[in-house]
Amino acid sequence: MAGSTDLADADPRGDHTDPGSRQAFTITSRPGPSHADPSGSDGGVRGSDADTDPGRRPAAGARIGPRVLLALVALVRNPGLAGSILVIGVVLAWAVVPGWFSHQNPLQGVTAQRLQAPSSRHLFGTDHLGRDLYARMVHGAALSLEATVVAVLVAVLAGAVVGTVAGYLQGWIDTALMRVMDVLLAIPGLLLALAVVSAIGFGVIHVAIAVGVVSVASYARVMRAQVLVVREVGYVEAARGGGARGARILLTHVIPNAAGPLLALAALDVGTVLLTVSALSFLGFGAEPPTPEWGALVASGEPYLYAAWWLTTFPGLTVAAVVLSTNRIARALETDSHH
Amino acid sequence: MTAFAMAREARRPRHPAGGVRPRRRGAGLHGLARRFVQVVFVVWAAFTGAFLALYRMPSDPVTLMLAQRSGGPNVVVDPAQEAALRVEYGFDQPLWRQYGTLLGRALRGDLGTSVQTGQPVRELLTDALPQTAQLTAAALLVAMPLGMAVPIASAHSRRRRIRGMLDALPAAGVSIPSFWLGILLLQALSFHWALLPATGNAGLRSLVLPAITLGLPAAAVIAQVLGRGLRSDLGSAYVELARARGASQSRIVFRHVLRNAALPALTVAGLLVANLFGGAVIVETVFARAGLGQVTVAAVTNEDLPVLLGLVVLAAMIYAVLSLLVEALYPLLDPRVRRDSGEVSRRTSGTRTQEAA
Repeated sequence: MAGSTDLADADPRGDHTDPGSRQAFTITSRPGPSHADPSGSDGGVRGSDADTDPGRRPAAGARIGPRVLLALVALVRNPGLAGSILVIGVVLAWAVVPGWFSHQNPLQGVTAQRLQAPSSRHLFGTDHLGRDLYARMVHGAALSLEATVVAVLVAVLAGAVVGTVAGYLQGWIDTALMRVMDVLLAIPGLLLALAVVSAIGFGVIHVAIAVGVVSVASYARVMRAQVLVVREVGYVEAARGGGARGARILLTHVIPNAAGPLLALAALDVGTVLLTVSALSFLGFGAEPPTPEWGALVASGEPYLYAAWWLTTFPGLTVAAVVLSTNRIARALETDSHH
Repeated sequence: MTAFAMAREARRPRHPAGGVRPRRRGAGLHGLARRFVQVVFVVWAAFTGAFLALYRMPSDPVTLMLAQRSGGPNVVVDPAQEAALRVEYGFDQPLWRQYGTLLGRALRGDLGTSVQTGQPVRELLTDALPQTAQLTAAALLVAMPLGMAVPIASAHSRRRRIRGMLDALPAAGVSIPSFWLGILLLQALSFHWALLPATGNAGLRSLVLPAITLGLPAAAVIAQVLGRGLRSDLGSAYVELARARGASQSRIVFRHVLRNAALPALTVAGLLVANLFGGAVIVETVFARAGLGQVTVAAVTNEDLPVLLGLVVLAAMIYAVLSLLVEALYPLLDPRVRRDSGEVSRRTSGTRTQEAA
C-alpha cells in the first residue's frame, strides 16, 4: 500500500485532513480482521492498542521504521488481506507493464498451436486461433481496470455533485434531484446500464460510463446525507460567521469533510463495478473482438466449453479473484475507518 | 450485479419503499392513494427518462433495420422506403410530439410495435414475462433458504474454524461473476456428468442450473445482510438477558435475534427480486433460455427503441409493486412498525436521523 509511510495525519480526529490518506495510512498499521470476528475478545484489546498508538505520539518522521514493521506484522497475521493486496498488485502491474509479464503476442496466434491445454509454454493454454491466453489476460488487464476506474469516477463525481447540490441548496432543487435518483434506483442496474449503452453506443468506455450512471444514485444519497450533517457542524458555522462566502465554505469545509463515506463507498463499489463491466463485455457490448478484455475473453471461450475448459476458467477466475480482493481490502478500510 | 449495490443499501438501511423517505404514513384510503400516486410517478418518470435517453440517440434504428432486412450494412437503401418507415414509426416527428404520442398510447396500454420483429411490444413482453418470472421464483427458492441457512449455521457453530469458513462463503459468493458461474455449472453438470440439460426452456430440469446461477449470488447477498444483523444483535443486551435466563443458543437465534435481523434481509430480498430481472439478462444468455433477458439483449443489439422503452417501464412497475409488497409485509414481522405506524423502527431508519438533521 502506498500509504504505509504517510504519517502526515498527526491528529487522529483532525476534521480537515483528507480522509482517503488517513484510511490508507491506518489500514497497514493495524492488526486487521480479528476485529470482524466478534468472538475474540483479545482481538479487541490488541486493536485498541494500535488505535491509540499513532495519536499519542505525534512525532511522525522518526517512527517510519517501527511502523512499517508493524504493518508487516499485521499483514503476516492476516494472510487474507496480504493475499488480496498481492493480487491487486499483480493485476495492476499487468495493466501498467504487460510486456514484463508476457512476451507472447496477445493478438496474433500460431494457428498450429490452437486450443492447446495449459503447459509450461502456454501457462493458461491457447485459444481457437492459437493465441496465448495468459498473454491475452495480461494485456486485457489494462482495459478492464481502466473501465472500472472510469465507471467509479463517473459515479463518485456525478454522485458528489448531485448530492452536494441537493443537500446544500435544499428546497425544490433537492426534492427534484432526489426524485430523479429514486427513479434511477427503481430500474434494475443491468437493464439501466444496457439502456444507457444503447443510448450512447457500444464500446468499453461507453459501457464504463453506463455502469457509472447506474451507481450515481447511491453516491448522491450518501453525499446528500453527509452534506446535511456537515453544513450544521460548528466549524462551518464558524466559517460563515467569519464572513466566508458560500462557495468557499462548500469547497474548503463541507465537501472535504462530507467526502469520507463517499470514498469508503467507492472502495466497496470497485468489485461490483468490475463485475458489471465484465458482464456487459461478456454480453458483447464492450470490447471489440480482437481486443482482449476479461469479460469478453470468457464470452469468446464459451463456444469451446467442451473442448477447452481453460478458455473460460482462467479469465473468470481472475475476475473473481480481483473482485474478492478489492472487497476484502475495502472491508478492511471500512472497519478501520469505523474505529 | 446490483445485488451488491443492494447489500450496500442494506448496510445503510433505508425505508422499504425504495426511494421514498418515510414520513408519517397516512392511515387508510388517504395513505393508499398516496402510495398509488408514488407508483404512478415512478413509472411515469422511468418512461420519460428512458424516452429522453433513447429517442435522442445519435444512431438510427430505421437505417439499421433496413440494412438487416436487406442482408448487409452496405446495401443502398431506397430513400422512399426509408421515409415511409420513418413515418410509420413516427421517427420523422419532432421529439416532443413523439413523446406525446407515445405517452398517450402507453396510457392506453399500447407500447407500440417492435422495430425489429413488427410484433406489438406488449405482446412481446407478456410472452416473455412468465419464463423470467418462473426463473426468478426458482432462483428465490434457492436464494432464500441458502441465504438464511449459512449465517444461522454460523451463529450456531462453536468451532471457530467452521464459523470462519461459513462467514467467508457470502463474501466469495458475491465476488463470482454470474456469467462465469453459469458456465462452470454447465461445464460440470451438463457436459462432464451429463446430469442436467444445458439449454432451453423445456421442463423443470432445464430450470435447475439457471436458477442456481441466478440464486447463488442473491443468496450470498442475503447471507451477508442477515449475518451482519445476527452478529451485531448477538452481542446486544437483550441477548445477554435471554442467555442469563437460561435460553439455549437456538432459542436465542430463532426466537429473538432472527426476527430482528430478518427485517433488513427482507428488504434486500424484495430488492433482489426486482433485480433478478436484470440478472436474468445474463443467465438467459448463458443458458440460451427464452425470456425477458433475451428480449433485452436483442433489443439492445438491434437498437429496438420501443421494446427498450417497454422493458424499462415494465421494470419500474415491477419494482414499485414489489416495494409496496415488502412494505406491507413489514408490520407483520415487526410489532414496532405496527404499534406506531408513523415511526419506523430504529433498525430500519439508520439514515433518517441524518436526513432529518
